This record gives sequence, structure tokens and C-alpha cells, in this order.
Amino acid sequence: MSRRTLLQKVWDLHTVRRLPTGQTQLFIGLHLIHEVTTPQAFDMLRARGAGVAFPERTYATVDHIVPTLDQRRPFADELAEQMMAALERNCREFGIRFADLGSERQGIVHVIGPELGLTQPGLTIACGDSHTSTHGAFGAVAFGIGTSQVRDVLASQCLAIDPLKVRRITVSGALGPGVYAKDVILEIIARLGVKGGVGFAYEYGGPAIEGLSMDERMTVCNMSIEGGARAGYVNPDETTFRYLAGRPFAPAGDAFERAKQWWASMASDDGAPYDDEVQIDGDAIEPRVTWGINPGQSVGVSERIPDPRAAASEKAEGQAEAEARVDAGAVDEALAFMGFAAGAPIAGTKVDVAFVGSCTNSRLTDLREAARVVRGQRVAPHVRALAVPGSKAVRQAAEAEGLHEVFLEAGFEWRGAGCSMCLAMNPDRLNGREVCASSSNRNFKGRQGSPTGRTLLMSPAMVAAAAVSGEVTDVRQMLD
Amino acid sequence: MSTSSPDRRIDRVSGTALPLRGNNIDTDRIIPARYLKAITFEGLGEHVFEDDRASMPDHPFENPAYAGASILVVNENFGSGSSREHAPQALKRWGIGACVGESFSEIFLGNATTIGLPCATADAGGVERLMAATEQDPRTRMILSVAGRHVEAAGQTVPVRIPDAVREALLTGQWDATALLLDDFEAVRAVSGRLPYVTGF
Repeated sequence: MSRRTLLQKVWDLHTVRRLPTGQTQLFIGLHLIHEVTTPQAFDMLRARGAGVAFPERTYATVDHIVPTLDQRRPFADELAEQMMAALERNCREFGIRFADLGSERQGIVHVIGPELGLTQPGLTIACGDSHTSTHGAFGAVAFGIGTSQVRDVLASQCLAIDPLKVRRITVSGALGPGVYAKDVILEIIARLGVKGGVGFAYEYGGPAIEGLSMDERMTVCNMSIEGGARAGYVNPDETTFRYLAGRPFAPAGDAFERAKQWWASMASDDGAPYDDEVQIDGDAIEPRVTWGINPGQSVGVSERIPDPRAAASEKAEGQAEAEARVDAGAVDEALAFMGFAAGAPIAGTKVDVAFVGSCTNSRLTDLREAARVVRGQRVAPHVRALAVPGSKAVRQAAEAEGLHEVFLEAGFEWRGAGCSMCLAMNPDRLNGREVCASSSNRNFKGRQGSPTGRTLLMSPAMVAAAAVSGEVTDVRQMLD
Repeated sequence: MSTSSPDRRIDRVSGTALPLRGNNIDTDRIIPARYLKAITFEGLGEHVFEDDRASMPDHPFENPAYAGASILVVNENFGSGSSREHAPQALKRWGIGACVGESFSEIFLGNATTIGLPCATADAGGVERLMAATEQDPRTRMILSVAGRHVEAAGQTVPVRIPDAVREALLTGQWDATALLLDDFEAVRAVSGRLPYVTGF
């Protein structure tokens, strides 16, 4: 048998047929749904008199609009209440399991899928959310879809989709102290660009990736989409299997042993052909911080904000110069919005808000690393700091370790589980031109709820360091 | 039955155009997240690019000269970021019937196609010519031929790329895939029945 990548194996296994349009009809093993991108999909189903084909392969939760302070119903926000009620009604009507606010299983969809053991190697996973790429950390092929495609999956458990190419990204070496998965993926996106991944799935491997915990692998895969790659994955290994053992929806007993064999067989074969390959030196990665308005615009914490004019003058004439001019336009736009100066060091940039949370970095190990930095310290007086666990289970586990006390004593707020200030669909948001040190995934204009608010993406430990010092600080100086 | 749907076939889109310059225009900018707080797509059109329009008085969507435009002309990686279908829905409800650009994010492209909003790509020079023609005279009439894979404007013809599957879906009116995917449900059951994680390993 020819050598295949994990993506190819999963794709082949789930292909129903080639459609007359030329696309693949792909079976979806797990459909995760939430309140934001599904109400219209269910209405479209009803309008056609269609049902949900495989309700047992669908799982719902509520995350985007959840208030993290007062969760009493009805919500103070009438629109949020309407969305919540719609999801409750739809799950009831179509027989879909729902981890609602009253459930101990509620949380951000990309946090609960893995922690419940729903997310497993070898699956195809779809969800109406671009960060569905997160689940690729387990060796699943997982991608975000829009609402009409949610309707398609509800109705047929299938998607009409074009095949993806695979880019192997090998990260060599090992990450230094204070350097995390977030820094790896920010480095990758800075290197390959925010559209470099269009048409590709990213396969992450090499010693620096294999050495990561599942939480960290999820952080890397989560931001694949920020590099333009609709999906990203890590081949399943013992770390993956250990994580899954004993999870509520993972196979148990003999079935777990059989599953492990099958999961391992789905990993990319040695010598499998890749459409592209990239090498990254993991030893050289330092903590990174974004300075602009897309996740590709980041620098190492010891570096300076780029100065395109200085760079352009060093370039040769012709094509390179033309490219540099285009870059200069993007940099100018970003710096004008951020109010930052070209060539200035990123360290020392004052922050007003610190946010530890989101589907990128709200898991137990993220909270532990942030707590390690703030333990015994105080949040700077001018900084508003929030720690928002990704799920109720994460919150409980963190509290069992006393992490909530570490955050509270330092002056952080300790909140309920949800997407919170990543995209501000709940009451948590930036005001005016506030600068936020954020462990989330997007620094787009207006992303955190204020049209003029400014986001600096970084690891949870770096957010904690910024919260304490009141400015962008190299967390390595604060860890002993 | 996957017969074509005559009333939904899209073989061309014509009208005036609206040039929107800039790379990596993300879906948070096309429609800010606060407008996702709704259980329908109704009314999204009026909020398209709301924050950009408020902060940039010369934003093309604010410019009365482009009112009523049918074709949106953009640069690279348009629609990056969030998978919100609300973005192409907002554009469509504002009145946009097709997009022509250097490149589109994959999820945006899929969402746009599935609501019957064709997105065609052209090289940078072609996009520049279309933008320049429209900026020079906003009344310039533009025609996107899905069948012929080109755009005509101001006496010029710019070749465009539309993936075969997308072109086929638009030309046959099968851009809404649900019926197609339910066409052979036995085959769907057959795949489900061979998956180790469905059968208990």
C-alpha cells in the first residue's frame, strides 16, 4: 500500500462519493454546535421539512454569549437570551445532547470536545467556528464551517468540500523556559504569513511538537486558521492516548486497547508524500507578541516593531522593492491603528487590560503557567485583569489546585467559563482605545468589543507578566 | 435527485462595482461580532463594515457614488478569520452579487458559494485595472461571466479563475448542497457503518 499522510487516510475513509460538481462528499464523524452559528441552520432545516440525520453524532454547548459573572436566566442581554433559548429549543426538538449552563460539562466548544473524549484521532470534525482546527491536536481532521454548511451536516452528516494539500511543519529542538506553544504558532504564522496556509492542512511534527502536552498541541492547532490553513493536526501518539484514557466519551476497557491500535495506524506513514515542507528551529523561538492587526504581525519580545522603510532601503530594486512597498502599506495601516512607532521595542508597551482565556489558551496548564507568574505578585494598579477558564471542568480543576486564590490574591478577576473577551459577545469587552495583553487568537481591529480597542496576542504566561508589570515584559525574567 | 435548479442558476452577475482596497480584510471587519447576536440573518446588510465606515469617512461603502453596486472588487485574502457566514450574508443583503479579488480565505469562499455569491480570483494586474476603472468612473458597468470565466469592464476583458466545482455548482444552481448530499443516503450509511469509532472499534 502506498504511503499516506494522516489527512489522506482520514479523507479516504470518510469519502462517501465524488459529487457531480467535482467536490468530495465527506462524512463528518463529530459535529459540534453552539448558539451563534446554528439558529439559522435549524430554521433552514425546518423550512425544508428535513431532520437531523445523525443526532447521536452531534453535540451542543453554549459558549460565545455566556456571561461570565451573572449567569441567571433570563440573561440581562435580551439577544443573548434569545440565542440561548433557540439552542435549547433546537436541541430538544431534534434530540441533540446539550451541555447547557446547568451542566458540569459546559464550556468553550473547543475545550469541552477534547476533555469529554468526544474528540478522538482519525475522526472528521466540523463546527460552525473557525477554531475547530483545535481538534486536530488529536490527529483528527477538523475544520470550521459556515451556517449553511452546518445545515448540510445536520441534514446529511456530510459536507461538500475540496481536498486539502498537506504542508509538513517540522519544529526541531526543544522550547526554552518561558517559551510556549503560543510562541511556536505565532512564529509559524509570522514566517508563513496569514494566507500562506490557504488550500493546506498543516501537519505539525518534530521533537518540539512531540514534546508538547495535549493542551499545548491544541494551542498550536487552534491558530492554524490564523495562518490561512483551514485544518492543522499532530499525529496521534502515546501522549494523545494517555490524555484520552478514562474520558467520558472515550472507549473503555478492551475497546480502548483496540482503539489505540487503530488510532496509531492513522498517523502519517514514514516517507508519506507532502505537498510542501517547512523546518522551524524550536531552540531559537522566544516569547512572541503581536504589534499589529493580524496574527502574522508579531515579533520576539526582545525585538523591535518593524520599520518597513529601514527594511526597504536595504532591499534590491525591482520586485523586492515593490513587495516592500506593499508591506509598508500594511505596516502603516497597522501602526496607525495601534498608535505604535515603527522601530520601537515591543517590550515596555503599556497595557490596560490583561485577558487569560479563549479556546486558544484557557485550559488547566495555561492557567497553571499564568498563575506561576502572578503567585505572590500584584496586578499593576492601572490594569484590569481577567482569568476566564475554558470550561466548568477546567474551572473546577483549577480551584482544586487553589489557582483561583492565586489569581484573586494578585488582583485578577476569576470568572465563569466562556469565550468572554476573545470576541466580546458577552459583557466582557475593551473600552475605547484600551490595550489588552491577551492569550486569545485574533488581534483584528475591533475584535475585543471596542472598535478602537487594541489587542496584543501572547502566551498566558506573558499575559500574566504584563498584568503584573503593567507593560509588555519578557516573562523569562520573572520565572526562576 | 440532483437535477439542476433552473431558477437558481448563476451564469453572470452584472452592474456597477465597488473597489475596496487592502489585503487580509477579515470577517470581524466585514461584520462586527455584536451583530452575530441574533437568530436570523435579517438586517445584517445595513451593518456591513460598520466600524470601518465609522472610522473612515472615505470608506467606499460610505461613498454615495458606489451605492447600488453589485460587484465587490478586493485584493488578497479577503474574508480571513472567523467562519461567520454572517459576513457574506451581510454583503449579499447590502446588494453585492459577486466578488472579484486576488484571493479569498477558504472558509469565506465556501460560505459565499453556498449562499450563491460567486467569488472569482484574478491576478493583481487584473484586479488593479478593475479597481482603477471603477475609481475613475463609478458608473462603470462590470459583467462577471461565470460561464466564460472573465470580467468585462470599460472595454477590457480580465480573465478570472473560478474553481471547477464552484463554477459547476453556480451554473447548475446546485450551490446549496443539501439536496446533493442527501441524494445517495445509502452511501452515507455505508460509510458510517465502516468507521471503527462508530462500530465500537
